[in-house]
Amino acid sequence: MNPMKPLIPILLLSLVIAAAPLPAAVTLESFTFPTKAEEQHFKDLLGQLRCLVCQNETLAESDADLAHDLRAEVYEIMKSGKNDQEVIDFLVKRYGDFVLYKPPVKPSTYLIWYGPFVLLAIAALLLVRAVGRQRQVQEPEISAEERKRLDRLLGDDAGKGKQG
Amino acid sequence: MTRYLRYLVPLAIFALLVALLFRGLSLDPKIVPSPLVGKPIPTFTLTRLDNPAVTISDADFKGKVSLLNVWATWCVSCRREHETLVQLAKTGQVEIYGLNYKDNREDANRWLAQLGNPYVANAFDSDGRVGIDWGVYGAPETFIIDREGIIRHKHIGPLTIEILNEEILPLVAKLKS
Repeated sequence: MNPMKPLIPILLLSLVIAAAPLPAAVTLESFTFPTKAEEQHFKDLLGQLRCLVCQNETLAESDADLAHDLRAEVYEIMKSGKNDQEVIDFLVKRYGDFVLYKPPVKPSTYLIWYGPFVLLAIAALLLVRAVGRQRQVQEPEISAEERKRLDRLLGDDAGKGKQG
Repeated sequence: MTRYLRYLVPLAIFALLVALLFRGLSLDPKIVPSPLVGKPIPTFTLTRLDNPAVTISDADFKGKVSLLNVWATWCVSCRREHETLVQLAKTGQVEIYGLNYKDNREDANRWLAQLGNPYVANAFDSDGRVGIDWGVYGAPETFIIDREGIIRHKHIGPLTIEILNEEILPLVAKLKS
Protein backbone atom coordinates (compact mmCIF):
# COMPACT_ATOMS: atom_id res chain seq x y z
CA MET A 1 0.00 0.00 0.00
CA ASN A 2 1.16 3.49 -0.74
CA PRO A 3 2.52 4.92 2.52
CA MET A 4 1.23 8.37 1.49
CA LYS A 5 -2.38 7.21 1.39
CA PRO A 6 -3.35 7.78 5.05
CA LEU A 7 -1.89 11.30 4.76
CA ILE A 8 -4.22 12.41 2.00
CA PRO A 9 -7.25 13.25 4.20
CA ILE A 10 -4.94 15.24 6.52
CA LEU A 11 -3.50 17.15 3.59
CA LEU A 12 -6.97 17.92 2.27
CA LEU A 13 -8.11 19.09 5.70
CA SER A 14 -5.10 21.37 6.05
CA LEU A 15 -5.94 22.89 2.68
CA VAL A 16 -9.46 23.64 3.89
CA ILE A 17 -8.09 25.26 7.06
CA ALA A 18 -5.57 27.30 5.10
CA ALA A 19 -8.30 28.53 2.77
CA ALA A 20 -10.48 29.74 5.68
CA PRO A 21 -10.90 33.52 5.76
CA LEU A 22 -8.39 35.49 7.83
CA PRO A 23 -9.67 36.91 11.11
CA ALA A 24 -8.47 40.35 9.96
CA ALA A 25 -11.95 41.26 8.76
CA VAL A 26 -13.28 40.92 12.31
CA THR A 27 -10.82 43.32 13.89
CA LEU A 28 -11.56 46.04 11.34
CA GLU A 29 -15.32 45.95 11.80
CA SER A 30 -15.42 48.44 14.62
CA PHE A 31 -14.66 51.33 12.25
CA THR A 32 -17.49 52.81 10.25
CA PHE A 33 -17.16 54.59 6.93
CA PRO A 34 -19.75 56.44 4.85
CA THR A 35 -18.87 54.47 1.71
CA LYS A 36 -17.54 51.02 0.90
CA ALA A 37 -14.76 52.62 -1.13
CA GLU A 38 -13.48 54.57 1.87
CA GLU A 39 -13.53 51.44 3.99
CA GLN A 40 -11.54 49.58 1.33
CA HIS A 41 -9.12 52.49 1.13
CA PHE A 42 -8.60 52.32 4.91
CA LYS A 43 -7.95 48.57 4.72
CA ASP A 44 -5.57 48.99 1.79
CA LEU A 45 -3.56 51.62 3.62
CA LEU A 46 -3.30 49.48 6.77
CA GLY A 47 -2.27 46.57 4.57
CA GLN A 48 0.83 48.49 3.49
CA LEU A 49 1.97 49.10 7.06
CA ARG A 50 3.81 46.69 9.30
CA CYS A 51 2.90 46.01 12.89
CA LEU A 52 5.94 46.34 15.16
CA VAL A 53 4.78 43.71 17.60
CA CYS A 54 3.96 40.86 15.20
CA GLN A 55 6.48 41.81 12.60
CA ASN A 56 5.22 39.58 9.84
CA GLU A 57 1.72 40.97 10.05
CA THR A 58 0.32 44.16 8.61
CA LEU A 59 -1.51 46.69 10.72
CA ALA A 60 -4.69 45.43 9.06
CA GLU A 61 -4.15 41.83 10.17
CA SER A 62 -2.43 42.06 13.52
CA ASP A 63 -4.33 41.40 16.71
CA ALA A 64 -1.58 42.92 18.87
CA ASP A 65 -2.71 45.54 21.35
CA LEU A 66 -0.57 48.18 19.68
CA ALA A 67 -2.07 47.35 16.29
CA HIS A 68 -5.55 48.01 17.69
CA ASP A 69 -4.38 51.38 19.01
CA LEU A 70 -2.64 52.31 15.78
CA ARG A 71 -5.66 51.35 13.69
CA ALA A 72 -7.75 53.66 15.86
CA GLU A 73 -5.11 56.37 15.46
CA VAL A 74 -5.00 55.96 11.67
CA TYR A 75 -8.82 56.04 11.60
CA GLU A 76 -8.83 59.32 13.54
CA ILE A 77 -6.21 60.87 11.28
CA MET A 78 -8.13 59.87 8.16
CA LYS A 79 -11.39 61.13 9.63
CA SER A 80 -9.78 64.53 10.18
CA GLY A 81 -9.39 64.75 6.39
CA LYS A 82 -5.69 64.01 6.09
CA ASN A 83 -4.30 62.03 3.17
CA ASP A 84 -2.39 58.75 3.06
CA GLN A 85 1.00 60.41 3.03
CA GLU A 86 0.18 62.25 6.24
CA VAL A 87 -0.86 58.98 7.90
CA ILE A 88 2.38 57.34 6.76
CA ASP A 89 4.44 60.33 7.93
CA PHE A 90 2.76 60.13 11.34
CA LEU A 91 3.81 56.50 11.76
CA VAL A 92 7.28 56.84 10.24
CA LYS A 93 8.06 59.80 12.51
CA ARG A 94 7.37 57.63 15.54
CA TYR A 95 8.34 54.12 14.52
CA GLY A 96 10.74 54.64 11.63
CA ASP A 97 10.87 53.29 8.08
CA PHE A 98 10.39 49.83 9.54
CA VAL A 99 6.60 50.29 9.44
CA LEU A 100 6.75 50.51 5.66
CA TYR A 101 6.65 47.27 3.74
CA LYS A 102 7.97 49.22 0.78
CA PRO A 103 11.11 50.99 1.97
CA PRO A 104 11.82 54.52 0.67
CA VAL A 105 14.66 55.02 -1.81
CA LYS A 106 17.52 56.67 0.09
CA PRO A 107 21.26 56.05 0.56
CA SER A 108 20.75 53.47 3.30
CA THR A 109 18.36 51.47 1.10
CA TYR A 110 20.23 51.78 -2.22
CA LEU A 111 21.58 48.26 -1.73
CA ILE A 112 18.06 46.83 -1.45
CA TRP A 113 16.70 48.77 -4.39
CA TYR A 114 19.63 48.64 -6.81
CA GLY A 115 21.59 45.60 -5.56
CA PRO A 116 19.64 43.09 -7.71
CA PHE A 117 20.24 45.19 -10.83
CA VAL A 118 23.96 45.39 -10.05
CA LEU A 119 24.06 41.60 -9.67
CA LEU A 120 22.14 41.22 -12.91
CA ALA A 121 24.60 43.51 -14.71
CA ILE A 122 27.56 41.53 -13.34
CA ALA A 123 25.92 38.27 -14.44
CA ALA A 124 25.24 39.70 -17.91
CA LEU A 125 28.83 40.87 -18.19
CA LEU A 126 30.17 37.44 -17.22
CA LEU A 127 27.82 35.78 -19.69
CA VAL A 128 28.90 38.04 -22.55
CA ARG A 129 32.54 37.38 -21.74
CA ALA A 130 32.04 33.62 -21.51
CA VAL A 131 30.20 33.51 -24.84
CA GLY A 132 32.84 35.72 -26.48
CA ARG A 133 35.63 33.50 -25.28
CA GLN A 134 33.93 30.40 -26.65
CA ARG A 135 33.60 32.00 -30.09
CA GLN A 136 37.29 32.82 -30.12
CA VAL A 137 38.27 29.18 -29.71
CA GLN A 138 39.87 28.25 -33.04
CA GLU A 139 40.61 24.92 -34.56
CA PRO A 140 43.88 23.76 -33.06
CA GLU A 141 46.84 23.75 -35.39
CA ILE A 142 47.99 20.30 -36.35
CA SER A 143 50.87 19.11 -38.43
CA ALA A 144 50.50 17.54 -41.88
CA GLU A 145 51.21 14.10 -40.44
CA GLU A 146 48.55 14.51 -37.78
CA ARG A 147 46.11 15.72 -40.41
CA LYS A 148 46.74 12.61 -42.46
CA ARG A 149 46.16 10.36 -39.46
CA LEU A 150 43.01 12.23 -38.60
CA ASP A 151 41.68 11.83 -42.13
CA ARG A 152 42.51 8.15 -42.05
CA LEU A 153 40.76 7.65 -38.74
CA LEU A 154 37.71 9.57 -39.85
CA GLY A 155 37.76 7.84 -43.22
CA ASP A 156 37.97 4.41 -41.54
CA ASP A 157 35.14 5.29 -39.33
CA ALA A 158 32.98 6.39 -42.24
CA GLY A 159 33.87 3.20 -44.12
CA LYS A 160 32.91 1.02 -41.14
CA GLY A 161 29.65 2.84 -40.89
CA LYS A 162 28.82 1.96 -44.47
CA GLN A 163 29.73 -1.68 -44.01
CA GLY A 164 27.59 -2.06 -40.92
CA MET B 1 47.04 33.41 -10.39
CA THR B 2 44.14 33.43 -12.85
CA ARG B 3 44.11 29.63 -12.58
CA TYR B 4 43.11 29.92 -8.91
CA LEU B 5 40.74 32.83 -9.45
CA ARG B 6 37.86 30.61 -10.56
CA TYR B 7 38.10 28.84 -7.19
CA LEU B 8 38.90 31.89 -5.08
CA VAL B 9 36.02 34.08 -6.29
CA PRO B 10 33.23 31.62 -5.37
CA LEU B 11 35.03 30.89 -2.11
CA ALA B 12 35.18 34.62 -1.32
CA ILE B 13 31.47 35.04 -2.12
CA PHE B 14 30.67 32.05 0.07
CA ALA B 15 32.76 33.46 2.93
CA LEU B 16 30.98 36.82 2.60
CA LEU B 17 27.59 35.12 2.76
CA VAL B 18 28.63 33.10 5.79
CA ALA B 19 29.81 36.28 7.52
CA LEU B 20 26.55 38.11 6.72
CA LEU B 21 24.32 35.25 7.80
CA PHE B 22 26.37 34.67 10.93
CA ARG B 23 25.97 38.32 11.86
CA GLY B 24 22.24 37.93 11.25
CA LEU B 25 22.07 35.18 13.86
CA SER B 26 23.05 37.58 16.62
CA LEU B 27 20.71 40.39 15.54
CA ASP B 28 17.34 40.68 17.22
CA PRO B 29 14.66 41.69 14.69
CA LYS B 30 12.48 42.77 17.62
CA ILE B 31 14.83 45.69 18.25
CA VAL B 32 13.83 48.40 15.80
CA PRO B 33 15.93 51.57 15.84
CA SER B 34 13.91 54.59 16.89
CA PRO B 35 13.72 57.63 14.61
CA LEU B 36 13.29 59.73 17.76
CA VAL B 37 16.93 59.37 18.78
CA GLY B 38 18.57 62.77 18.25
CA LYS B 39 15.20 64.55 18.29
CA PRO B 40 13.52 66.54 21.05
CA ILE B 41 11.17 64.58 23.28
CA PRO B 42 7.55 64.64 22.12
CA THR B 43 5.37 67.23 23.79
CA PHE B 44 2.88 65.78 26.24
CA THR B 45 0.95 66.53 29.39
CA LEU B 46 -0.28 63.70 31.59
CA THR B 47 -1.38 63.32 35.17
CA ARG B 48 1.03 61.97 37.72
CA LEU B 49 0.51 58.35 38.62
CA ASP B 50 0.48 59.06 42.35
CA ASN B 51 -1.72 62.13 42.09
CA PRO B 52 -4.32 62.69 39.32
CA ALA B 53 -4.55 66.35 40.30
CA VAL B 54 -0.93 67.09 39.37
CA THR B 55 0.37 67.01 35.80
CA ILE B 56 3.75 66.13 34.38
CA SER B 57 4.91 67.29 30.94
CA ASP B 58 7.85 67.39 28.56
CA ALA B 59 8.95 70.64 30.24
CA ASP B 60 9.90 68.65 33.35
CA PHE B 61 12.76 67.03 31.42
CA LYS B 62 14.62 70.23 30.58
CA GLY B 63 17.86 71.15 32.31
CA LYS B 64 19.01 67.73 33.47
CA VAL B 65 20.09 64.35 32.19
CA SER B 66 17.35 61.83 32.89
CA LEU B 67 15.94 58.44 31.98
CA LEU B 68 12.38 57.76 30.95
CA ASN B 69 11.38 54.18 31.61
CA VAL B 70 8.23 52.83 29.99
CA TRP B 71 6.58 50.18 32.15
CA ALA B 72 3.34 48.55 33.14
CA THR B 73 2.14 46.04 35.71
CA TRP B 74 0.99 43.67 32.94
CA CYS B 75 4.51 43.61 31.54
CA VAL B 76 6.41 40.57 32.76
CA SER B 77 9.85 41.81 31.71
CA CYS B 78 9.21 45.05 33.61
CA ARG B 79 9.03 43.11 36.84
CA ARG B 80 12.34 41.46 36.02
CA GLU B 81 13.83 44.87 35.31
CA HIS B 82 12.40 46.64 38.35
CA GLU B 83 15.07 45.56 40.84
CA THR B 84 17.76 46.98 38.53
CA LEU B 85 15.96 50.33 38.44
CA VAL B 86 15.63 50.38 42.24
CA GLN B 87 19.36 49.77 42.55
CA LEU B 88 20.15 52.45 39.99
CA ALA B 89 17.96 54.96 41.82
CA LYS B 90 19.85 54.23 45.04
CA THR B 91 23.15 55.23 43.44
CA GLY B 92 21.66 58.63 42.59
CA GLN B 93 23.55 58.76 39.30
CA VAL B 94 20.58 59.77 37.17
CA GLU B 95 16.97 60.77 37.69
CA ILE B 96 14.54 58.11 36.52
CA TYR B 97 11.13 59.14 35.28
CA GLY B 98 8.47 56.60 34.47
CA LEU B 99 5.82 56.37 31.80
CA ASN B 100 3.19 54.03 33.14
CA TYR B 101 1.87 52.67 29.86
CA LYS B 102 -1.70 51.41 29.35
CA ASP B 103 -2.04 50.41 32.95
CA ASN B 104 -4.43 50.63 35.84
CA ARG B 105 -3.61 53.42 38.30
CA GLU B 106 -4.40 51.37 41.41
CA ASP B 107 -2.38 48.36 40.26
CA ALA B 108 0.58 50.52 39.32
CA ASN B 109 0.65 52.34 42.66
CA ARG B 110 0.39 49.05 44.52
CA TRP B 111 3.30 47.67 42.46
CA LEU B 112 5.48 50.63 43.45
CA ALA B 113 4.48 50.32 47.11
CA GLN B 114 5.36 46.64 47.10
CA LEU B 115 8.49 46.52 44.96
CA GLY B 116 9.95 49.94 45.74
CA ASN B 117 9.72 53.18 43.80
CA PRO B 118 12.81 54.14 41.81
CA TYR B 119 11.02 56.96 39.95
CA VAL B 120 11.25 60.69 40.53
CA ALA B 121 7.76 60.85 39.04
CA ASN B 122 5.52 58.76 36.86
CA ALA B 123 3.35 59.94 34.00
CA PHE B 124 0.11 57.98 33.77
CA ASP B 125 -0.64 57.13 30.13
CA SER B 126 -3.77 55.03 30.46
CA ASP B 127 -4.78 54.92 26.78
CA GLY B 128 -1.24 54.74 25.39
CA ARG B 129 -1.60 57.84 23.21
CA VAL B 130 1.56 59.44 24.60
CA GLY B 131 3.26 56.07 24.23
CA ILE B 132 2.51 56.19 20.50
CA ASP B 133 4.13 59.64 20.26
CA TRP B 134 7.23 58.19 21.90
CA GLY B 135 7.21 55.28 19.45
CA VAL B 136 6.62 52.75 22.21
CA TYR B 137 5.83 49.29 20.86
CA GLY B 138 6.71 47.02 23.74
CA ALA B 139 7.45 47.70 27.37
CA PRO B 140 9.94 47.94 28.90
CA GLU B 141 11.72 50.64 26.96
CA THR B 142 14.15 53.19 28.34
CA PHE B 143 15.09 56.56 26.84
CA ILE B 144 18.13 58.64 27.79
CA ILE B 145 17.35 62.36 27.62
CA ASP B 146 19.96 65.11 27.74
CA ARG B 147 19.79 68.59 29.30
CA GLU B 148 18.25 70.15 26.21
CA GLY B 149 15.48 67.58 26.23
CA ILE B 150 16.91 65.68 23.27
CA ILE B 151 16.56 61.88 23.20
CA ARG B 152 20.09 60.48 23.03
CA HIS B 153 19.46 56.76 23.24
CA LYS B 154 16.70 54.23 23.40
CA HIS B 155 17.07 50.83 24.98
CA ILE B 156 14.43 48.25 24.12
CA GLY B 157 13.89 45.41 26.57
CA PRO B 158 14.59 45.00 30.27
CA LEU B 159 17.61 46.71 31.79
CA THR B 160 20.20 44.64 33.59
CA ILE B 161 23.22 45.65 35.65
CA GLU B 162 25.45 44.77 32.67
CA ILE B 163 23.42 46.92 30.29
CA LEU B 164 23.51 49.79 32.79
CA ASN B 165 27.28 49.57 33.13
CA GLU B 166 28.05 49.08 29.46
CA GLU B 167 25.38 51.06 27.65
CA ILE B 168 23.41 53.43 29.87
CA LEU B 169 25.72 54.85 32.53
CA PRO B 170 28.70 55.66 30.26
CA LEU B 171 26.39 57.75 28.06
CA VAL B 172 24.76 59.40 31.09
CA ALA B 173 28.22 60.34 32.40
CA LYS B 174 29.19 61.72 29.00
CA LEU B 175 26.03 63.80 28.73
CA LYS B 176 26.52 65.14 32.25
CA SER B 177 30.10 66.27 31.66
